[in-house]
Parts: sequence; C-alpha cells; structure tokens
Amino acid sequence: MTSPVITVAHGVVGYDGRPVLRDVSLAVTAGEAVAVLGANGSGKSTLIRAVLGLVPLSSGSVTLFERPLRRFRQWHRIGYVPQRLGAGSGVPATVREVVASGRLARRGVLRPPGAADRAAVAAALEAVGLADRARDPVATLSGGQQQRTLIARALAGQPELLVLDEPTAGVDAASQEAFAGALRDFVVGGGTVLLVAHELGPLRPLISRAVVVHEGGICHDGAVPEPAGHHAEPDHDHVHPHGPDEPAGLWSS
Amino acid sequence: MELFQYPYMQRALIGALIIGLAAPALGIYLVQRRLALIGDGVGHVALTGVGAGLLLNRSPVLVAVVVATAGAITIELVRARGRTSGDLALALLFYGGIAGGVTLVGLSDSTSANLNAYLFGSLTTISPRDLGTIAVLGVAIGVTMLALRPALFAVCHDEEYARVSGLPVRALNMLLAVATAVTVTIAMRAVGVLLISALMVVPVATAQQVTRGFRSTMTAAMALGLFAAGSGVWVAANADTAPGASVVLMAIASFGVVAVLGAVWRAVRRRRTPAAAPVPEPHEVVLH
Repeated sequence: MTSPVITVAHGVVGYDGRPVLRDVSLAVTAGEAVAVLGANGSGKSTLIRAVLGLVPLSSGSVTLFERPLRRFRQWHRIGYVPQRLGAGSGVPATVREVVASGRLARRGVLRPPGAADRAAVAAALEAVGLADRARDPVATLSGGQQQRTLIARALAGQPELLVLDEPTAGVDAASQEAFAGALRDFVVGGGTVLLVAHELGPLRPLISRAVVVHEGGICHDGAVPEPAGHHAEPDHDHVHPHGPDEPAGLWSS
Repeated sequence: MELFQYPYMQRALIGALIIGLAAPALGIYLVQRRLALIGDGVGHVALTGVGAGLLLNRSPVLVAVVVATAGAITIELVRARGRTSGDLALALLFYGGIAGGVTLVGLSDSTSANLNAYLFGSLTTISPRDLGTIAVLGVAIGVTMLALRPALFAVCHDEEYARVSGLPVRALNMLLAVATAVTVTIAMRAVGVLLISALMVVPVATAQQVTRGFRSTMTAAMALGLFAAGSGVWVAANADTAPGASVVLMAIASFGVVAVLGAVWRAVRRRRTPAAAPVPEPHEVVLH
C-alpha cells in the first residue's frame, strides 16, 4: 500500500502576482490520512485547491494517481468536500438530490441513475446519519448537518481519496462526532484522506501525518504536533483572532 | 370559445403552451444560479438581431437566434472570468443591444408596429412555419433540460464541485447560454423581448414557495408555465387583451394566489400543531 496518490512537486501559486504558495512539495500515498494545518491565510486551502486543479499552478506539477493533473480524467476516484455548501439559491433542493450529485463522476452526464446509484446514495446518507432527513430541503438543515450532507455527497461516489477543506469549521459537537465517525469508516475501509484543518478536534485519532503550512511554505511534515500550553487543556475552546496580533492602538497604553 | 376555431388562434394557443413549458424548464437553472434576469439581457441583444433581419430582409427570428446566441456566449464568458467589471460589461451589452435594435429597425422600411410585435409579442400573427420553428426548438429545449437535469443541477448548485467531479462544466455552461438565447428568440413571438424573463422566472418563483426539492420545483414550474400560457391566451381571446401581457399577468396572479394560500396553510398548520419546545443545541464550550 505505498502507491502514490497525490504528488506535488515544487508547486507555486500566486493570485494577481502575489505568491500564496512558494515551492511546495508534498506526497500522499494510498491509505494515509494527512492533515494540512496552518493559520488562516497560510496557504493551506490554496494547496488543496491546487491539488484539485481549482487554482492553476504558476510552476511545478501535481500528479494524481500517477497521472499528471492535466491529463487526469478518473475523477470518480476523488471525493471533494468543500468548506461549505455553495452559496446556493432560492431554488430548494433536498438532501438526497444534493448527495445524488456525488454519483455524477461515476455515472457521467448522460446516463440516468440506476439501482446502484440509489443504493450508494442511501448508504452515504446512512453513514453520516442523515437518512431521516433525505427528503428535507438542505436549506432547513443546521450548519453541521449541511456539512454532513457534503461529506455524504463525496462518499456517494465511492471514492478512493477524500479531499476535505476545513470540514469541521463552525460545526456543532454532535455533527463533528458524526463526521469523524463517517471519516473513520472511510479510512478503515482503506481510503486515503487529505484534509485541511485549523484544529483537528475529534478527527485527531484518524490522522496519520500532519503537514504544517506557514507563509506559503511547508514548515513541518511528520507527526501531528501536540497542542501546547493552555491549548492542551481538554476543554480549551479554540477561539482567538487569527493573523498577527493587533498593534497597540490608541486606547492601549 | 368559438374564437379557437380559427387556425390563427389555435396556432397562438399551441405556441404559447410550448413556450409555457420550455421557458420555466430552462429558467429554473437560471434562477438557481442567480441569473434570473439574464433572459432579459439576452432579449435586449436579440432585438439587434431582429433589426438586422428586418434591414437585410432575412427572417428576423433566425437572425435573432444567431445574434442572441453570440450575446449569451459573450455574457457567459464574462461571467466565467468572474471579474467585477463583468457587471458593467453586461450593462454595455444590454443597452447596446436594444439601442442597436431600435436603430436598425428604424433604418429598415418596417413600421413601428413591426417593432412592437417583437417588444411585446404578437401571438396571433404566428404563421404555420413560425409554429413549426417554435415546436422544434421548444421541444428540444424542454427535453435537453429534463434529460441533463442531474448534471445541470450539479453545475448550477456548486460549480467547483462539478469541476472536481470531472463534469464538462464549460460545455454545460455554454449549453445553458445557448439554450437561453434560443428560448428568448422563440418566446419573443409570444410574449415579446420585454416580458420573456417573466415566463422563465415567475413560474419558478411561484413553485418554490411550496416545494421542497429541485425536481418537484421543476415539475411544478413547468405546470404553472403551461397554465399561465393557456389561461393567458384564453383571457386574451375573450377580453381582447394583448396575449403576451395576459400570459405574464396570469403567471404573476398565480404567484400571488400561491403566496396567500401558502401563508394561510402555514398559519393553520401552526395552530393545529402547537409549537414544540425548541430543542437547544448541545453545549460546545463550558463557561467557568
């Protein structure tokens, strides 16, 4: 189980000429669960968006399942869980309809859904504990349940690799547990995971390796760093302003 | 009712019904992607095509299809690039389209009545050949929108996810742009360029007040479009009103009726089932 799944070699990404990732190299092999950690604005989300081809590399290369990104066509092997449900719209959609989108990568544009598609959608809804909400409009769900809908959509495609962008940001504790359970089942089943997180929380036991991104470069690649100081306290609630500390202002002495 | 014995009224009714079905089938995707008024913009551009057709003595509808398609593709390219200047580019295209149309129609020998027929629709002057065009294109739009629903839903709902699913996102977006142009041009004869967007958007807005899913919204919107078209033409025939405007007014009336009925139904249901105590969210932090 050491076949490479994701390889980034000397990847550079810039927005409007401002470098966001500089010379990043990363390798993920089958069966690994890798967390990309870092502060807001460190470039960690950009890294996985570049892996998926959602932002172009200005130099370097990305290889998915031993095939250059440009020529990669087997998208059914990848399940993507974005940070949140797309802005959406006024048109209602049921949870089942959103999850069923996850089958398109496997089924193609023209073939109508069959029994296998329906079974996969039902299984994915079951895995995240939303089977009883399948007929409800997604807009009526809580933020955590919407997030679980998105992982169900990715799981419905029965991927080999899951790529998740801050899946637990702003998600209630109950949904985080349900989310971690679904992800655990996926990893136990031999799946590969690349996830961006700010804080691991209940996902921590699943992660086999951590990559820390700092100012557009990778500054750590190995064991999951232990929380230090008051961050290590079990009931520590991780809320603080991100980015550089506020400069001493007019009202502080 | 005897008015419908005349072939021109039968053609008007059939044409309106086809457009009533096809316009909301496309419109639901435009509403979902928050481009509800794009039909209006493409309609403005189509007017330049009408003007060019009249000036060159070619079929105005066919020239309008070509010009509107070019306009819709331009709008889609501007949208896909996602620059903030896109807003202004669209404004230039819209008003350039209508000004070009008015100028070209003025240069040709046609009268202002001719321009009015395209601005506000002229259902009763549909020729058998026009009806054939409307039927072929309308059915093609309806079938495509229904057959590609899962893929088009995915693209309009979450474009980035659709790209990572390996869907041909660019081709599907272009398909929607071209379908918008075609629907606008065939609906132009029925309700006119100034009222086209209403038939694409209002039935969807009506349906989504009471539906829970995308498929049910699409089905209900198509049924409502069919109803508005049929009843609008019937009202126009009996009250001698403008057919296009009558169709749109019927669509808006349905919106009002559904809004009121929906509010009453929700109020009744709330009274019958006394509100359960709200379930508190589990605590996420312990405050000391």
